Amino acid sequence: MSILIDRNTRVMTQGITGKTGQFHTQTSRAYANGRACFVAGVNPKKPGEDFEGIPIFGTVKDAKARTGANVSVIYVPPPFAALAIDEAVDADLDLVICITEGIPVRDMIRTKHRMKGRRTLLVGPNCPGVITPDQIKIGIMPGHIHKKGPVGVVSRSGTLTYEAVGQLTELGLGQSSCVGIGGDPVNGLKHIDVLRMFNDDPATEAVIMVGEIGGSDEEDAARWVKDNMKKPVVGFIAGITAPPGKRMGHAGAIISGGKGTAQEKLAVMEECGIRVTRNPAEMGKTLKSVLR
Amino acid sequence: MKIHEYQGKEIFRKYGVATPRGFPAFAIDEAVEAAKKLGGQLWVVKAQIHAGGRGKGGGVRVAKSLDEVRNLSKKILGMILVTHQTGPDGQKVRRLLIEEGADIRKELYVGMVVDRGTQKVVLMASSEGGMDIEEVAAKTPEKIKKVFIDPVEGLTDADADEVAIGIGIPAASVPQARAIFKALYRCFDDTDASLVEVNPLILAGDGRVVALDSKINFDDNALFRHPEIVALRDLDEEDPLEIEASKFDLSYISLDGNIACMVNGAGLAMATMDTIKLFGGAPANFLDVGGGATAEKVTAAFKIMLSNKKVKAILVNIFGGIMRCDTIATGVVAAAREVHLKVPLVVRMKGTNEELGKKILKDSGLPIISADNMADAAQKVVAAIKKKKPKPKPKPKRKAKKKKK
Repeated sequence: MSILIDRNTRVMTQGITGKTGQFHTQTSRAYANGRACFVAGVNPKKPGEDFEGIPIFGTVKDAKARTGANVSVIYVPPPFAALAIDEAVDADLDLVICITEGIPVRDMIRTKHRMKGRRTLLVGPNCPGVITPDQIKIGIMPGHIHKKGPVGVVSRSGTLTYEAVGQLTELGLGQSSCVGIGGDPVNGLKHIDVLRMFNDDPATEAVIMVGEIGGSDEEDAARWVKDNMKKPVVGFIAGITAPPGKRMGHAGAIISGGKGTAQEKLAVMEECGIRVTRNPAEMGKTLKSVLR
Repeated sequence: MKIHEYQGKEIFRKYGVATPRGFPAFAIDEAVEAAKKLGGQLWVVKAQIHAGGRGKGGGVRVAKSLDEVRNLSKKILGMILVTHQTGPDGQKVRRLLIEEGADIRKELYVGMVVDRGTQKVVLMASSEGGMDIEEVAAKTPEKIKKVFIDPVEGLTDADADEVAIGIGIPAASVPQARAIFKALYRCFDDTDASLVEVNPLILAGDGRVVALDSKINFDDNALFRHPEIVALRDLDEEDPLEIEASKFDLSYISLDGNIACMVNGAGLAMATMDTIKLFGGAPANFLDVGGGATAEKVTAAFKIMLSNKKVKAILVNIFGGIMRCDTIATGVVAAAREVHLKVPLVVRMKGTNEELGKKILKDSGLPIISADNMADAAQKVVAAIKKKKPKPKPKPKRKAKKKKK
C-alpha cells in the first residue's frame, strides 16, 4: 500500500513538449512501472503528435477519455500553470501534481477558490512531486535514493526532502510514499492532509514531517497529530537562523509579523508529542529511534 | 519588490484613494520648489527609503516656513537613516517627499496581505494608527478588525462598512472609508501586490479619510506582467550583492556571520545555516544555487559570497538529484581556481555521481576539506576558522598538510 499514487496510477503530463516536461517524463517513465504508468501528454497546439511514443492530446479531458489517465503532472511555465491546474480540475481528475515554480500568488488564490467543492486533489505547486518507491515516481526527485519500506515522508522543501530520504535509506529504512507539498504560501495539500493519509495507510508505520519557517501549517498539523495520529511522527523545521522579514528562497518561507518562526513551530510540535530534532543530519536517526 | 512611499501614493491616486498633495525631490532646491508649488504654511519633509520606522529615526519632520523646508531637506538628504527595519548600518536617504501638512483628528491603520490559512486576501484595520501594528496585534488583538476577501466578489460594501464602523469611523465618514477600502483592494488585486499598508490612515479635521502613508510590496513572481511596476524599482535601496546574484538566477541574502554557504535548494540551504549555528558558527549568507548549476553559476556564487569581507570560510552542501555531483565538483574547482581562494573550503556532496564528484575535488590538488554529512561539514568548517587564527604563517605548508588528509 501507499498514499496518493501506486503502480496502477495512470498519468498524463501537461507541458510534455517543453524541455523540463520532456526530461522529467523520461526519468519518471524509466523508474519502476513508469512505462505502463505514463500514458498521455497534453499540449493544445500539438494534438495527434507523440513524445517518444506517448500520445499527445489537445485537452486534459480528451487525454482522460482516450487513455483513462486519472492523474496529471504539470510542467507548464508559471504564467499559464494555474490555468493548467484549472483545466485538470474541470476534467475531474483524481490528483494534480504541479511542479512549476514561480506561479503568481493571485493566480493560485483564484485557482484554489475554483477548486472548492471539487473532488480533485492538488499537490504543489513549486514541489518535487510524489514517489511511491519501487512502484511509481511522478516528479523531479532522484529515484535511486529511495527504497521501499514503512516510513512516510512529507515536506515543504525539495532537496531537504531528498536529504531526509537519503538518511533513511542509508539506515536501511525504506519509504511507503514521499510527498513534496511545495514551498508556496497558497498551495494544495498541507502537512495535515498528508499526515491524515499516512495515518490511514497500513503500509506506513511512522512519518517524517519536514517543515520550514512561515505560516502555521506545521502547528495545525501538530495539533491534529496530538488528537488523532496512531503512528509516531518525527519533525524538523528549517530556518532557525533565518532573520524576520527576509524571504528565504521559497515564497512561503518568511517570518512576518513575528509569526512562523522555527522555534515556535518546534515548541508546538514537541508539545503535541512529535519527536523533533534541531539537527537536520539526524532526521533519519531520530525516526529510527521511534520505530518499534 | 518594494517601492517608495511617494510612488505608492501615485498608484493610490490612480485608484481614487485620497492622499495629501505632494512632490518627490532629489535635491534641496527641488524640495523648496515643491513646497512653493504646494503653497500653504505647513509642510512635511519625508525621507524616502524602503524601510519602515522613518519617523522615529528622524526622517519625517514638519516645516513651518520655506527656510525650514530648506534646512530640514539639507539635514535629511544624504543622512544615514537607522530604523528598526534597516539594521544597524542604516540606509542613505537619496530622495525626499515634500507634502502639505495634514489636520489630523485621529490616526487609524489599514493593511492587506495574503492569509495562508484561508488562502484569501485579508483586510486588517485598527483604531490604533501610527503605532507598530504587530505590537497592537500582540497586546490588544481585539482592536484589530479583519475581513477575508472573496477573490471573485471582491470586498463587499457590507464588509467594508463593518470594518469602518469597527475601528470607530464616525457615520458621516463611513462612505468615504468604504470607498478607500474598496479602492485599496482593487489596487492590491490589479497590481499583484503582496502587501498594501497605510499607517496612518487619518480622519482629518473636516471628516475626510486620507492615506497619510503608503507601503506597497509586490509579488516577484507576477512582475512579468507589470512592466510599469518594474520601472519603479530603486536599485539604490537593494543589497548590491543580492542584485548581482539575481542576474545569475541565484537566490542570495546577506547575513551577519562569517561562514559563507552555497547550497542547492531553499530548504536545504536554511537547514545548512541552522547546522552551522548548531555547531557554534554563524552563517554569512543564504545562497540557493537552484537546480541547474553550471561552472559559470558556481563561479559567480563564489565571487558574490567572497565579496562579503567578513567571510572566513566557505561551506558547500549539495544534494545531487537532477544536478549531478560531478558537475558541481567541476564548477567548485574552477571557481576556487578563478577566485584564488584563500579561505578554507569544506564540501559535502551527496546523491547522483557522488563518488565521481569527490574524485574530481581530490584530484584537483586544491586544499578542499571533504565532509560526509551536514553535521560533519558544519563541524569541520567551524573548526577550520578556529584553526586559522593562531597560526597565520606559511601558506604552502598548510596546504601540504591538508592534502595528506
